[in-house]
Amino acid sequence: MNKMQIVLNGILKNNPTFVLVLGMCPTLGTTTSAINGLGMGVATMAVLIMSNLVISLIKNFIPDKVRIPAFIVVIASFVTIIQMLMQAYVPSLYASLGVFIPLIVVNCIILGRAEAFASKNGAVDSILDGIGIGLGFTIALTLIGAVREILGSGAIFGFSLGIADYMPLVFVLAPGAFFVLGYMMVLFNKLAKK
Amino acid sequence: MELSYFAIIIGAIFVNNVVFAQFLGICPFLGVSSKVNTSLGMGAAVTFVMALASIVAWSIQTFILVPLQIEYMQTIVFILVIAALVQMVEIVLKKVSPSLYQALGIFLPLITTNCAVLGVAILMIQKEFNLLQSFTYSVATAIGFAMALVLFAGIRERLELDGVPAAFKGNPIALITAAILAMAFMGFSGLV
Repeated sequence: MNKMQIVLNGILKNNPTFVLVLGMCPTLGTTTSAINGLGMGVATMAVLIMSNLVISLIKNFIPDKVRIPAFIVVIASFVTIIQMLMQAYVPSLYASLGVFIPLIVVNCIILGRAEAFASKNGAVDSILDGIGIGLGFTIALTLIGAVREILGSGAIFGFSLGIADYMPLVFVLAPGAFFVLGYMMVLFNKLAKK
Repeated sequence: MELSYFAIIIGAIFVNNVVFAQFLGICPFLGVSSKVNTSLGMGAAVTFVMALASIVAWSIQTFILVPLQIEYMQTIVFILVIAALVQMVEIVLKKVSPSLYQALGIFLPLITTNCAVLGVAILMIQKEFNLLQSFTYSVATAIGFAMALVLFAGIRERLELDGVPAAFKGNPIALITAAILAMAFMGFSGLV
């Protein structure tokens, strides 16, 4: 497969949020603003790239029967590293993402890519796959976050648009997450058909 | 933290419902909730595993991680313990109660990747609950999860029969339905 194709596949054809519908918990839970969505996306992408790389390198040494627990240990180690890095360098983002940072471990996208791609392909391709899927996830989360932030608090990336008083707050609350994701999937379905 | 058990229960089931307010366990929520019967099975399996996991996770945190000052290992240890626990429950059930295994069996492997189980284990440590409070909290959360699943399945069974626009079919309409349910659940906020 063409290298560029692998990256593009992750962003469009296999978009983890809109097409594969994986990793819904962080998608809904952390996208109260564009910056939170972006932060979550980048954190997940970092874990995904590193775990894809390591798993593609050690795939020949892991007995087939214990591969899932082995993958989980690799993923959990990188999640812990990311968790400590974020706590040290971006404490406010770390606080607002809360429990969803350790929960990257159980994000089905990462284990899914480890099983479906990294355990069958070489290191370079696995990194590219991590970048593609990670970017697809990050773009989706940032988009959802931006839409919710504009509709709910009348701001974008924290810059007020001066319309906050007229905006329905419900979009930054729980129901808004389901609404925005639902309608964005409809839009994606509609556009993908053409 | 001084919280009465009643407040923990009402809070976990209604006010901070695990699905509609905390966004945990969305994957099984969307995946399994198309029939009321399977939802009940999934709900029961999650309740069982969550109750066990809360006791084990609390004990590990209190007696191993904190005394050894390796709290940063929490994520790795908890996920491994939950995965092992699910395996063990599966093996034990198969031997001890084949009928229960028949009912819950197919849901058990799915629970390892249910972020609600790990989420609850981490949250109860964050909230500094004692053992009994942790147990209460996790069982109440699981009941909230089961209730959300069954409620939603009931609605989805009806939706199957309705004419939904092509672009809305499947997940989108489910998410929009969940949004309306979440709005209803917001009515509980401020209860405790």
